[in-house]
Amino acid sequence: MSAPVTGRDVDSEADPVIGSVVDERGRRKDPLRRMIALARPRSARFALGVLLGGAATGSGVALLGVAAWMLATAANHPSITALSVAVVATRALGVSKGVTRYLERLVTHDAAFRTLAQVRVRVYERLARTEPFVRFRSGDLVSRLVNDTEATLDLLVRGLTPPLVSVVTGGATVLVLTAVYAPGGLLLAAGLLLAGLAVPLMAAALNRKPGLREAEARGTLSTALVDTLHGAPDLVAYGAMDRHVARVNEADAELTRVARRDAATLGLSEGVNTLITGLTVWGALFSGVLAVEEGTIGPTALAVLVLVTLAAFEIVAPLPAVASRLGAIRASGVRLFGVLDAPAAIAPPAQEGLEIDPDVDAPVHIRDLRVRYGPEEPWALDGVDLEIPAGATVAVVGPSGAGKSTLASVLLRLRDPDGGRVEIGGTDITAYPADEVRRVVSGVPEDPHVFGSTLRENLRLAKPGAGDDELCAALRGARLAHDVEAMPQGLDTRVGSHGLGLSGGMVRRLALARAVLAAPRVLVLDEPTAHLDPDTRDAVVADLLAAAEGFSTLLITHDLTGLDRVDRIYVVRDGRVLQSGTHTELLAEDGWYRRVHER
Amino acid sequence: MKPLDPRLVRTASAVRVHLAVTVVSGVLITGLILLQAWLLSRVITGVRAGDGMDVLGPLIVLVAVVALTRALLSYLAETSALHSAARTKSQLRRRLIAHVTGSGTVWPAEGGDGRDGSPKVGELVTLATRGLDALDEYFARYLPQLVLSAIVPLAVLSVVFWADWISGVVILVTLPLIPIFMALIGMHTQQRTDRQWKLLSRLGGHFLDVVEGLPTLAIFRRAKAQAAIIREVGEDHRKATMGTLRIAFLSAFALELLATLAVALVAVEVGLRLLGGHMDYQTALLVLILAPEAYLPLREVGARFHASMEGVAAADQVFTELDRRRDDGAERPSPAPTGRPSPATGGDLRLRGIGLRYPGRDTPALSELDLTLEAGEHLLLTGPSGSGKTTLLSLLLRLREPTEGRIEVRAPDGEWTPLWDVPVEDWRAGIAWVPQHPYLFDVSVADNIRLGSPDAGLDRVREAARLAEADGFVQALPDGYETRLGERGTRLSAGQRQRIALARALCRDAPLVLLDEPTAHLDPENATAVRTAVARLLEGRTAVIVAHDTGWAESVSGDRLRTAHLPLPTERVSP
Repeated sequence: MSAPVTGRDVDSEADPVIGSVVDERGRRKDPLRRMIALARPRSARFALGVLLGGAATGSGVALLGVAAWMLATAANHPSITALSVAVVATRALGVSKGVTRYLERLVTHDAAFRTLAQVRVRVYERLARTEPFVRFRSGDLVSRLVNDTEATLDLLVRGLTPPLVSVVTGGATVLVLTAVYAPGGLLLAAGLLLAGLAVPLMAAALNRKPGLREAEARGTLSTALVDTLHGAPDLVAYGAMDRHVARVNEADAELTRVARRDAATLGLSEGVNTLITGLTVWGALFSGVLAVEEGTIGPTALAVLVLVTLAAFEIVAPLPAVASRLGAIRASGVRLFGVLDAPAAIAPPAQEGLEIDPDVDAPVHIRDLRVRYGPEEPWALDGVDLEIPAGATVAVVGPSGAGKSTLASVLLRLRDPDGGRVEIGGTDITAYPADEVRRVVSGVPEDPHVFGSTLRENLRLAKPGAGDDELCAALRGARLAHDVEAMPQGLDTRVGSHGLGLSGGMVRRLALARAVLAAPRVLVLDEPTAHLDPDTRDAVVADLLAAAEGFSTLLITHDLTGLDRVDRIYVVRDGRVLQSGTHTELLAEDGWYRRVHER
Repeated sequence: MKPLDPRLVRTASAVRVHLAVTVVSGVLITGLILLQAWLLSRVITGVRAGDGMDVLGPLIVLVAVVALTRALLSYLAETSALHSAARTKSQLRRRLIAHVTGSGTVWPAEGGDGRDGSPKVGELVTLATRGLDALDEYFARYLPQLVLSAIVPLAVLSVVFWADWISGVVILVTLPLIPIFMALIGMHTQQRTDRQWKLLSRLGGHFLDVVEGLPTLAIFRRAKAQAAIIREVGEDHRKATMGTLRIAFLSAFALELLATLAVALVAVEVGLRLLGGHMDYQTALLVLILAPEAYLPLREVGARFHASMEGVAAADQVFTELDRRRDDGAERPSPAPTGRPSPATGGDLRLRGIGLRYPGRDTPALSELDLTLEAGEHLLLTGPSGSGKTTLLSLLLRLREPTEGRIEVRAPDGEWTPLWDVPVEDWRAGIAWVPQHPYLFDVSVADNIRLGSPDAGLDRVREAARLAEADGFVQALPDGYETRLGERGTRLSAGQRQRIALARALCRDAPLVLLDEPTAHLDPENATAVRTAVARLLEGRTAVIVAHDTGWAESVSGDRLRTAHLPLPTERVSP
């Protein structure tokens, strides 16, 4: 297994092009069909799976048909040679069903996992181009997107193959039976269509309303429950627990009432399917008996007709379950393609491959910068002017929601400005490829991520070839070296989702070490002290400013600790710069900074 | 895991009804299967023998009757199963909620980090809603099949034995092989798959990890390179999974193979004896039609086993919760409440040698603590995190009992009495508590403010909000005081939530106020508004205020302010 941050040369990777799946025409298509289209590169494997599945189901039906023919023939007491083929066939069919079923499951699962691996890459590549940071800020949404991706697997294994197998086997069975006795074949076709197609669709339509009702009742219950359990201390302290438990029980009663009322509808499809099966067999028997009396078919054909009809309903048995899952899978598809269809957050530069001169100082000038998250949304940044002279440390402060993080994401090329310019060394940053800007501008994002890997690999992310002494130097700069040395496995300690959970302070320090290691010329630090105890906050800010020595630094924070050490402070509120100056100047001025600082 | 949890049968009356219905319908369905097989073989044989419609007609009509009855029966059984499932879920849910809210399992406090294995609130909510929903499948699909798989093979076997004992022997020998083989394969594969699942979940988690870390990857220009790694990991994932599946599918393979092969063997053996004249046509047909029926229920049960076990697992979790008891320290029955706030909350309070040790912890959260609080005094409690400040508040709120020492109270003009002699409800009724992260409920703003004083009119609510600096932003909400706040009060900012909590405390008008770091996570602007409100709340009341630093002293000044610094009880070893 390769860790997520294993080194690999960046520039050798061509910009991935998303295939036909997300083209303009595709956007109007049914999400289920688009999900299935994702499997197209594996269509040969899926076809093999369908053939094997057809062979498995067909073996079961054929077994009973051949056996019925054998018994009917044997009843006439012919010589044993007349039966020898049937005897061999029966035994072969008895073995082939299990074997082909086993192979079918292996083949379809393999094909589906291959497709899933590919879909993951596509989703990832798409996300990498579409600034996931605003829309996917909540961890819930990210894990839902990942689950939606996995839903493709469910659709392919349980939603695509069984219907195709049913069509293949059902069609073959009907053809054979039609050859024996045409009305019997047509009758079976009607029965299979009803049981395999009409009833599941009817059930899905009938269940939609009860499903919604139940979802609503369950939502109410869930909210009341979350309230009562999360708010338990408040409820106990204020003597309101009994009232809220009553609220939960009321919601529970409503959910139970809805579920019981709808049981009559939900139980319908099972009964109707049993009825269709029974009546089709009865129809085959009745019409067959009449045909024998008329002399259209012989008594042997009657036995085959009835027993094949009896066995044939196994063909459509998996379909109701498929129909009931499709709704959820479709919903996953809608969300999935919502992401795949989202436009890129950064337009490609007009001219390819422009590079930032490595020898020139890189002062940053921001002029009249405007950003908003949608045409109807208010301006997150509404005409910001700001300057980071080469080698200077500049702080941007302001209340939460002022637009500070938006500023960071524009500088890090996570999104394009909607108006104004950001210049590095006098050139607009949109003229460069995004990764070229990020070579010069790097830092600690709003929510730095620790990957489920070792400390070493988490650090090397910033500088793939870095040796251990370089890593240790970076850790020392972030005052993390001591903690790492105390870990028994040192740099090989596994961290993140599959290892040691780091404290909030350690995550920030690790992110800082990573940013220092990347050695950009402009360091952007977005809320480096968020979620820290006041105790640790001072220490982290001091370390930050010490580590940022020699970089041009933009420090974004809502906390005014340690700002006497920065060169210039900008106060941002509602997307505009309210004040700017040094710590001393701002304290002398009557305004937001002084008011907040005095508290 | 047991296929049918006896606790489920004991606990939920709806389960017993369901079992009875299921067994009765199972017996009836078995009868219908046998009858249909006999009718089909009789009619097919009769046609060959030249019987006319006068003989066969009634039999054919009977086939239709069997079909109708079977459909009706399966409809009724399914509906009844869904009814039972709904009732059982409700019964289990109510017991779970009553238990959890009553036993204090969900009262988080400093140190309540789930080390005793108790689940998080989110897990409990999922268990009570989605988790229990898995019982639908269990009741409506699995249990009926389980009953059928016990009845049908036996009934079919008996009939086949009666009709043709040789075929009976074939079925009798192969039928038990299925569970035996499945168990053998299962035991063999269990170990291997367990080992593989660990690897699989790690590979599966990789994608989530990378997507979550995308901003970080982008900043370090690793985003594009990562696509190739996702592809590689996906390939590894597939190979590992297929390795597991090749073995996991074996048990299904054994089942399918044995069932089909047995039918084929019966068919050939019956056919050859029919050819030799040792058997009549009708018996042969009957045996052929019935043979697959003997194996069908076993296959169905197997297919539904895993989906249904989710329901059993959910029920099992509920029972585990119901059995869990929280060790609150001294179990002491509280005197019956009088329904009025205790006068002692307006008096003096002292802690004598208080100690508290959370179960499963080596170091006590509090030890040997002596403290006195006079009526009207404001006590500022400071100290580093982990020094037991919040724990002390939860003792005063009586969310926990001290494991050592005792708390005593004295009502104005009264005697010192142990706190545990005051009815707990009466004691809490005289307290206004503002926690670090107050919880707002998904009801109207007004109802949130009058949480501790349900009879308060809108005037009193608004006055409390005004004093708490909350009236302004509440008025600006779409429906003012009638606006619903959404789950966890997500409509409001942290500072606004804190002010609503202060309004709640003001509305309660209690003589004793407990505040826990009310400005810890607020931006400076909100912090000021909160401090103003706190100053108003403290006026004329006794208070304990927990804070990180002493910067508070100025804003809540007053000659009755006293500061106590909590030391660390012992050196804490960092992990």
